[in-house]
Amino acid sequence: MADQRVIIIGGGLAGLAATMKIAELGTKVLLVSFQPVKRSHSVCAQGGINGAVNIKGEGDSPEIHFYDTVKGGDFLANQPLCKDMCYHAPFVIYLLDRLGVPFNRTPEGNLDFRRFGGTLHHRTAFAGATTGQQLLYALDEQVRRFETRGLVEKMEWHEYLGAVLDSEGRCVGATINNLRTGEIRSERGDAVILATGGPGLVYGRSTNSMVCTGTATTSAYLQGAKYGNPEFIQIHPSAIPGRDKLRLMSESARGEGGRVWVPRKGGDERKPKDIPEAERLYFLEEKYPRFGNLVPRDVGAREIYDICINEKLGVHGEMKVYLDLTHKSREFLDDRLGGILEIYEKFTGVDPREEPMEIFPAVHYSMGGIWTDFESTDDGFINHQSPQNQMTSIQGLYAAGEADYQYHGANRLGANSLLSCIYTGLMMGPGVVNYLKNLPQAASEMPSSMFDGDEKRWKDRFSEISQMSGSENPYALHNELAEAMISNVLIVRENEKLGATLKVIEDIESRWKNIECVDTQDWTNPVPSFVNQLWNMIQLSKIITMGALQRDEFRGSHYKPDFDLNQPDDFDPADYLEFEDQKFNGGVHKDQFASSHLDYMERFEKNNENWLKSSIATYNNGKPTIDYEQVDTSLIAPRPRKYD
Amino acid sequence: MSRMLKFKIKRQDSKESSPYWEDFTVPYKANSNVISCLMDIQANPLNSKGEKVSPVVWDCSCLEEVCGSCTMVINGEVRQSCSALVDKLEEPIRLEPMSKFPVIRDLAVDRSRMFEALKKVQAWVPADGYHDLGPGERISPEHQHVAYKLSECMTCGCCVEACPQYSKNNDFLGAAAMNQARLFNMHPTGKSLRKDRLDVLMQAGGISDCGNAQNCVEACPKSIPLTESIADLGKQASKQFWNNLFSS
Repeated sequence: MADQRVIIIGGGLAGLAATMKIAELGTKVLLVSFQPVKRSHSVCAQGGINGAVNIKGEGDSPEIHFYDTVKGGDFLANQPLCKDMCYHAPFVIYLLDRLGVPFNRTPEGNLDFRRFGGTLHHRTAFAGATTGQQLLYALDEQVRRFETRGLVEKMEWHEYLGAVLDSEGRCVGATINNLRTGEIRSERGDAVILATGGPGLVYGRSTNSMVCTGTATTSAYLQGAKYGNPEFIQIHPSAIPGRDKLRLMSESARGEGGRVWVPRKGGDERKPKDIPEAERLYFLEEKYPRFGNLVPRDVGAREIYDICINEKLGVHGEMKVYLDLTHKSREFLDDRLGGILEIYEKFTGVDPREEPMEIFPAVHYSMGGIWTDFESTDDGFINHQSPQNQMTSIQGLYAAGEADYQYHGANRLGANSLLSCIYTGLMMGPGVVNYLKNLPQAASEMPSSMFDGDEKRWKDRFSEISQMSGSENPYALHNELAEAMISNVLIVRENEKLGATLKVIEDIESRWKNIECVDTQDWTNPVPSFVNQLWNMIQLSKIITMGALQRDEFRGSHYKPDFDLNQPDDFDPADYLEFEDQKFNGGVHKDQFASSHLDYMERFEKNNENWLKSSIATYNNGKPTIDYEQVDTSLIAPRPRKYD
Repeated sequence: MSRMLKFKIKRQDSKESSPYWEDFTVPYKANSNVISCLMDIQANPLNSKGEKVSPVVWDCSCLEEVCGSCTMVINGEVRQSCSALVDKLEEPIRLEPMSKFPVIRDLAVDRSRMFEALKKVQAWVPADGYHDLGPGERISPEHQHVAYKLSECMTCGCCVEACPQYSKNNDFLGAAAMNQARLFNMHPTGKSLRKDRLDVLMQAGGISDCGNAQNCVEACPKSIPLTESIADLGKQASKQFWNNLFSS
């Protein structure tokens, strides 16, 4: 067959991992990125990457990692993928080690591992507190190596606008916008991979980088690709407030012994160091003696909300709590957390080695994303040769990393995102290459008429945007969208507010048509591109909000107090397995369980029948609809979560 | 009236056009950094005279000083604009693009030369492949401390902006790329390309072009010991020079 190539959109960890794997297999890659790939949002990941290497002899194993991941995600993730990822995690870490990532070491020179949320094991490999940056650099270096050999061509300062589809709906290329010249061109590609990260900017200020608009995945959704679990947005318990963004304060601060507390008495304005131990409320440690400060993020964020809003114990009466590392030595802190402590000091002027940090919850990660497929093997792993792996519902269009929906269920565990990004990028490589081999015709041989239509469609769209001369400033309109999302589609969700938010979004959508394109130059004009992104953010915010409105339950990051099943405090999740077992074997011995537990288990079971399903958003005739799809829970039986 | 912040911004419409200064006033808000003020200008693009102008163009991404994108010259000092808190800056706050790179538009510049330099010094580990080959070599914590510090370089450009030797008219590699050469020369497998890297560093644009002004290390936002890296490479290069001499 004539020359073939894969177009990869996005140069973060998932995009770079896919690039180097596919290039290694001898297939050419066109790597398209909004900015130099070395500046991708993956650099913001701080704490580390999970893999059950069991370096501390704690009896950790990939199977326990798998269980923690599935439980952390409240059983909403497709299990064969999680299993395959967790079993490959030690290999991924070893590979990164070989590629030169300066991971922290034990005295003997082995890779060191630290604690993270949602597990009781030391499972997180780390390079100071800038692990994402270090991992990204290692992959960036490998890709640069392929670039010098001609296997990878980079198009930086280019933006993906949409997929080019043939008459059968198969993806044969991508339409790309040159952010310098404004030139729009359809590029030929036998497969296209979207590795474009998450959509934090839908919420305006989040822990995400300014490029994380979710516009590429939303564009795929608007072209007909299914979008999974949009309502599952992770709120990270610990960030620093800021006017332009909310800077992450890594979970590793707690993994290394950081303690979260508030003054026991509301309105206590003494300096934190003047508040004696007995007058501090370590609310996570008190309520969750087993996991303590390392409960999963959904639990942590909810507890901070509860202590600040319902108990009114927030620091300075605000939605803030202390994160305290002052009991650790400077040397220890600088070695293991230096990067984030410097950031805190630079942005707040306070030295967190001396004073407790003031932190609050912030939008951090989207568990949801473009729906993608997989092919499992009989023993519950993934067939790495299958072209179906990571393929969206549009043939030939793939997604990987935060852009896809299926590894983290209803809540992601800390340090699993670097893993899922690199794992998917590497794992999907052979399947994508096999997909190319089986194609009837190379994209390079197709008539140019196949590509002209899309090119013209996008040129017309951008030319219309450039001429918009209404009265709405696009950046100010974005701030309004963000305000609506932050106020109503965050930690605690109520149907009435969600319904009202949909109306606000629709209003913003109609005002979008009255935008003024505030920059009219042809050269390096970011405004038309932003106006287009804003349209996509509006469309995405609709399905995030609709998904949340329709899902009448409490699962992982999606908390609706009205639908809380109210697990009894003394309930043991093992009882539920026994209950299910007895049911399967003919009947429940009701006298064996407390009646409140029995009621709870009935409620839990009923709720799972209704809601243990992926939400699938599709866009038809200008309107979103959300349906539901079964989750593959074939390997670990769903059960109530408990961390105390 | 509430307090206003004054900005003087050096603007340039395109690569070829001439630069000009434009004044902006932005309402003061607590905890502002330079970027949040540039965002305020985007949302209300008026200059100090109240004239409608196109919003200022600048590059940024992570906003927490780890991507290197938003580097510019602020009150005469090269630094990241995300960590430039306005409370600590004298007014009017002067924003200029870096001077050592071609201006793209306004405060955005083209730093591709820095990434090209990374290719020249082969800043990578020549791995056999990406399949399962087990862990890498054991590395002492002391070695890791040194390597980690060098590896924090985000190719932001502060070091070369501050360097008197680095200019648009020469091909000096600059401190950032040389620091990467040192990093990979000390890696257990990366060092297999040591000789190739040193050969490049011994050519024009390499180590001998460093004037030892030591501005780079002062300007580095991550406090990377850049001068130490260049000195270390200097020693490696002289050894190589004698080796080359006697083996030829």
